[in-house]
Amino acid sequence: MHAIEVEGMSKRYRLGQTTSTTLVETIPALLQRGRREPPQDIWALRDVDLTVDQGEVLGLIGRNGAGKSTLLKILARITEPTTGVTRTRGRVGALLDVGTGFHGELTGLENVFVNGALLGLSRREIKRRLDDIVAFAGVERFLNTPLKRYSSGMQLRLAFAIAAEIEPEIVVVDEVLAVGDAEFQRRCLGRMSDMQKAGRTVIFVSHDSGTMARLCSRVVWFDSGRVVADGPTQEVLTAYLQSGQDMGERVVIERGSARVVSPVAIEVACASRPGERPTRDEPLMIDVTLEASEAAPAIDLAVYLTSENGTRILDEAWSDRNDEPLRFAAGASRRVRLCVPPVLAAGRYGLHLWIGTAYDTEFDDRVAMFTLEPRIDDSAEAVRRPRVLQPQVGWSSTLLDGATRA
Amino acid sequence: MRRASAEPAAWVVNRSTVGRISLPRLSELLRLRELAIVLAMRDLQVRYKQTFFGVAWAVLQPLAATGAFTLVFSAVAGLKSGTIPYAVFALAGVVGWSYFNAAVMRCSTALVLNEAMVTKVYFPRLLLCIGAVLPSLVDFAVGLSVLATLMVITGTPPGLGLVALPLLIVALALFTLGTGCLLAAVNVTYRDVQHALPFLLQIAFFVTPVAYSSALAYNEVGWAYYLNPMAGLIDALRWSLVDAPPPPLQALLSLAVGAVLVAAGLLLFGRTERRFADVI
Repeated sequence: MHAIEVEGMSKRYRLGQTTSTTLVETIPALLQRGRREPPQDIWALRDVDLTVDQGEVLGLIGRNGAGKSTLLKILARITEPTTGVTRTRGRVGALLDVGTGFHGELTGLENVFVNGALLGLSRREIKRRLDDIVAFAGVERFLNTPLKRYSSGMQLRLAFAIAAEIEPEIVVVDEVLAVGDAEFQRRCLGRMSDMQKAGRTVIFVSHDSGTMARLCSRVVWFDSGRVVADGPTQEVLTAYLQSGQDMGERVVIERGSARVVSPVAIEVACASRPGERPTRDEPLMIDVTLEASEAAPAIDLAVYLTSENGTRILDEAWSDRNDEPLRFAAGASRRVRLCVPPVLAAGRYGLHLWIGTAYDTEFDDRVAMFTLEPRIDDSAEAVRRPRVLQPQVGWSSTLLDGATRA
Repeated sequence: MRRASAEPAAWVVNRSTVGRISLPRLSELLRLRELAIVLAMRDLQVRYKQTFFGVAWAVLQPLAATGAFTLVFSAVAGLKSGTIPYAVFALAGVVGWSYFNAAVMRCSTALVLNEAMVTKVYFPRLLLCIGAVLPSLVDFAVGLSVLATLMVITGTPPGLGLVALPLLIVALALFTLGTGCLLAAVNVTYRDVQHALPFLLQIAFFVTPVAYSSALAYNEVGWAYYLNPMAGLIDALRWSLVDAPPPPLQALLSLAVGAVLVAAGLLLFGRTERRFADVI
C-alpha cells in the first residue's frame, strides 16, 4: 500500500523571490514590465514521479541544491508544488530543523511544550512523555533554567529528545542525524530503526552513505531537480558514488545559521593531484575551510573517518598535536589540513567534523563522503575484499626444511 | 512505540493553490488550536522576563495614558465627556484601543518573526496570527479591572449595555485578527508594512474616539466618521462599559467596513498562505 505518491511534480523558485523586496523596488518593476528581462526561474524539482510504500525507509541522495530538501518540504506541506501533485496518507512529521520555536528566555521545560506543539504533540502527550524526553536529553537538572544558559550541545539533545517522541505515520528527516556526538547519533539511529519496525514510513536525506546503507531499503538519487536513479540502496549508492560527485571534489557546505565558526568547504585529495580522486597509495590531505562569523579565540577541530558500516576508524583533533588552539578574527577564514599517511584500503569513507571551543560549547558536525581509489596495479579481487586497513605490508618466506623426495 | 494504525488514513493532497480561493479550514484550526494557545503562552511568558515592574506594566500603561489624556484633553483643552467623569470615559476608550494597537502590531509581524516555524514546520499559518492576538486579551482584562476600580472610586455605574460586552470583545478580537492577518500576509513580501504601521496607527488613533467623544467628531464630519471601523467599536465598547450614549445608527457603517476588511484579510491570507515559506 502506498503511503506517498508524487505525480509529475515540479517546483519553481523565482530567483530573488526568497529575499524580500520593498514596494519601492516593485513599483518601477511593474511600470516597466515588458522592458525588463523576465525574472529568472530555478526549477528546484522537475517532473518528479515517486511512490513510497507504507513502512518503507527511503533515502534521498544528491548534491546540495539537487532538490532533496525541497521535496521534503513539499511532502510535509510546508510549501506547495508549482505543478503536479503529491499525496500523503496519514500524519507527516517533519524534522527539517531541530528546536524550531525554541526561545532563549524560556526554561527548558517551557520550550519542550512549544517545540512539542509545533511537532504536533498535544499538551497531554508531552506531559506523558516528559520523563522520557528529559532522560533522553540528559537535562534533568536544568529543566527550570532558561534555554539561553544551555550549551548548544544540550539544546540540540533536548530538541532531539522531543523530536524522537513524535509518532506520525510518515517521518521526513533532513540531514539532522549529522549533528550531535557519536553516542547521541547512535541513539538517534536506534530511534529511526524503531520507527521502521513500528511500520512507519521514513524518508531521509543524508550525505552519509554508511547510515543510508544500514537504514534504507531503497535510495533515490536526485540531480538538478530530477530523479537520476531509484532502486535498491547498494545499487543506487554505488552508481552515485561512482558518478564522481562528492569525491575528491570540493564539497561546499551550506552555512549553518548562528554559528561562530562554520565549515564552508571540505576537500579530500592527494597532495600531488589536487581536485582529483585520492588513491590509497599516497598520503591523504583533508582540507577543511572554516569561516568565523565573529572573533573566536580558541577553536578546536576534530576530523573523524568512518568506514562504510559506520565504524569510526580515525579520530584526530587539532588539540592532540598542537598546544595553541585555532584562532579566528571576526570574518576570517582559514584552511586547516590534516595529513593521513597511506594506510587505508580503497573504498568509501565518511568524513565527520567536530568543532568546539575549549569551554564545553560544542558545535554540530557535518558529514561528507569520499572514495579512496585503488592503486593502479591492485587486482580487482584485492579491491573487493572487505577491509579498512591496507598499509604497505611486507611478505617474506624462509625455507625451513628443503628436503625433496624424488 | 505504538504501531502505526492499520486502517489507511485518507489521502492528503498538496497541489498548487495559485488562483484558487481558499478560506481557512475551521476543522483543522480547531484540531490544532493548542498550538495557538502554546504560542500565546510563550509570548506571555517571555514578555515580562527581565523587567523590573513585570506584570505591573499591564496596569501602568493604561493608567499613564489615561492620566496624560485627562491632563491634556480634559484639564487643558476642556473637552466634555457628558455625565461620565473624563478619566473613566478616557480609560474605557484606552482599554479597547490599546488592545487593537498592540495586537495588530504583534499580528503583523507574527509570520516574519517566526520565520523558522514558517519554513520548517507545517501548520495553518493563521494559528501564528491567532496566537499573536490572544496575549493582548490578558492586558485587556487587566485594563478592564483597572477601569472597574476607577468606576467604583468615582461612583460611575455601568448600564444595561454591559450584557453586550462579550459579543463586543469577540468583535474587537475578530476585527483585530482580520486586519492583522491582512497586514501579516503583505508583510511577508513587503516589509514596508512594519515600518508604516506604527505611523498609520498613530493617525488612526486621532480619527478614533479614544480621548474625545465621537459626538464631537460626528458633528463636524458627519457619517464619514464611521468609515473607520474602530470608531463604531470604541463607541459601542464605551456604551457597554461605562453607559455612555449608544453609538448612532451610522455606526453600522463601521460594522460593514470592518466586516469587509476581515473578509479581505482572511481571503488574502488564504490565497498566499501556502507560498509564505518560499517568499519569507
